[in-house]
Amino acid sequence: MTLSTYFMEATYLIASILFVLALKGMSHPETARRGMFLAEGGMLAAIIGTLIGAHIVTWVWIIAGLSIGSIIGAWMAIWVPMTAMPQRTALSHAFGALAAALVGVGEFLVHANDMPGVTRTALGFEVMLGALTTTGSLIAAGKLQGIIHGKPIQFKGQNIVNALIFLTMATCFFIFIGHPEKVAVFYIMLGLAFVFGVMLVIPIGSADMPVVMSLLNSYAGLAAAATGFVLGNNVLIIAGTLDGFSGFILSVLMCKAMNRSITNVLFGGFGAIIAEATTDSGGVMREINLDDAAMQLAFASRVIFVPGYGLATAQAQHAVRELAELLEARGVTVKYAIHPVAGRMPGHMNVLLAEANVPYSSLYEMEQINPEFPSTDVVVVIGANDVVNPDARDNPKSLIAGMPILEVDRAKSVIVLKRGQGRGFSGLENPLFFKSCTSMLYGDAKSSLAHLAQAVQHV
Amino acid sequence: MTPAVLIASIYVFALAAFLGYQVISRVPPLLHTPLMSATNAISGISLIGSLVLAGAAHYPLFAHILGFVAVTTATINVVGGFGITDRMLKMFNKRKEPKPAEVAK
Repeated sequence: MTLSTYFMEATYLIASILFVLALKGMSHPETARRGMFLAEGGMLAAIIGTLIGAHIVTWVWIIAGLSIGSIIGAWMAIWVPMTAMPQRTALSHAFGALAAALVGVGEFLVHANDMPGVTRTALGFEVMLGALTTTGSLIAAGKLQGIIHGKPIQFKGQNIVNALIFLTMATCFFIFIGHPEKVAVFYIMLGLAFVFGVMLVIPIGSADMPVVMSLLNSYAGLAAAATGFVLGNNVLIIAGTLDGFSGFILSVLMCKAMNRSITNVLFGGFGAIIAEATTDSGGVMREINLDDAAMQLAFASRVIFVPGYGLATAQAQHAVRELAELLEARGVTVKYAIHPVAGRMPGHMNVLLAEANVPYSSLYEMEQINPEFPSTDVVVVIGANDVVNPDARDNPKSLIAGMPILEVDRAKSVIVLKRGQGRGFSGLENPLFFKSCTSMLYGDAKSSLAHLAQAVQHV
Repeated sequence: MTPAVLIASIYVFALAAFLGYQVISRVPPLLHTPLMSATNAISGISLIGSLVLAGAAHYPLFAHILGFVAVTTATINVVGGFGITDRMLKMFNKRKEPKPAEVAK
């Protein structure tokens, strides 16, 4: 080993340590930013170490790639609005996975015949995981952006087709391990992995996106870890594994928050069945006008806001904070209740409200806030539906039975902000809307909240 | 990859998995979105593999081109991921600090 190689390995070790410290910092909002600076330092060290120690001779492609990537990356970092965070994250899963897959293909081009079987196994994993995550994430991003319809896309025999694709891909993988000289087999495997990624995500509805996002996050990390095995590079293994496990833990948490298994999310096609399975409960929804709602809020002593995906689509995060501040000025205690799967990715609502300057000490998790609903005067539900559906708790036949919910129906009164009388995203009937304590305020959430704020000022 | 290297790599993998589980299960749901974008930026470390592919000696041109695309996408992830994570984390404030204008009143 030359001196520069030692230097490179040292930067990798430093990077690995800094990455772990960075994630440790994430355990609290006050240390999180400092942690990320450490990770950035680690990344920079690893890049410089590689450029010095890896015997680079051709610089033009590297400089071009680094510049173009930095420009696009900086543009994304500065201009993407917080409401588009799920799409952006899905896209970045695609980019990361694509990089891993391409490195795998490159390794195959250069070293296929002189690598041992074990390395080829890792290479196969890397390429397959990378490719299927790339297309899967692109489809997820398309659904989140609304380019592709959010409803699950299903057809007869879908699971059989998927199983066939998977089996063919696996067969190619095993042939490739034994016979690296059969180039076509490798490329068929790669192509099938791209197709499989698409097939995996199209049957999944938008409401299940938090799980899918976490899973894709996990796959992208594991693809990077597999790259580490192929290249014999420990920092890649460590960083990839951290990412992979983070995604895995989040998937498990999201599934728990919906009381469903990962297989059910992936192969269930949730949203499609429901539309047929729901029956009308035949109750009457009581409408409330702005002034009455404002009066209720202004004279309450405890108010809890429950945001859902509707808050994000209406971009109403600033409007809700303004209303909350007016209420607080009148001496009302205001809290926010955040369900783990509210929104389209883990933590989505927290980021939106933080953007609107809501202090994080006012944001409460489901377990913390549920005991407080009975002593709450008014709950304002903003574009949330399934996460406050009492059927999940009371009706064992419901499709979401057993899913933990925010028990807003135990509050003294509930005001639901909703765009119209429709059933909303999942198509499930929500008995909360028909309860005697519930009143509905129809209209765009943002303008409703702004008008409420005005009305509260005049009370 | 020699058997010794393979075994060492599996050790690294297993320990990283264990460490990751310990560290990440302590992240509060409040920070799950920044966590996802941060781990994503960190796994952009596949950039170092891409750099080698794009610039190493005796590689065919096609490998360099693949490397170039990989460097680009990995860099987008690193720069974009860290940038946006920082932008998000900056927004998390404990309490509203009184604005200067309001204090003046």
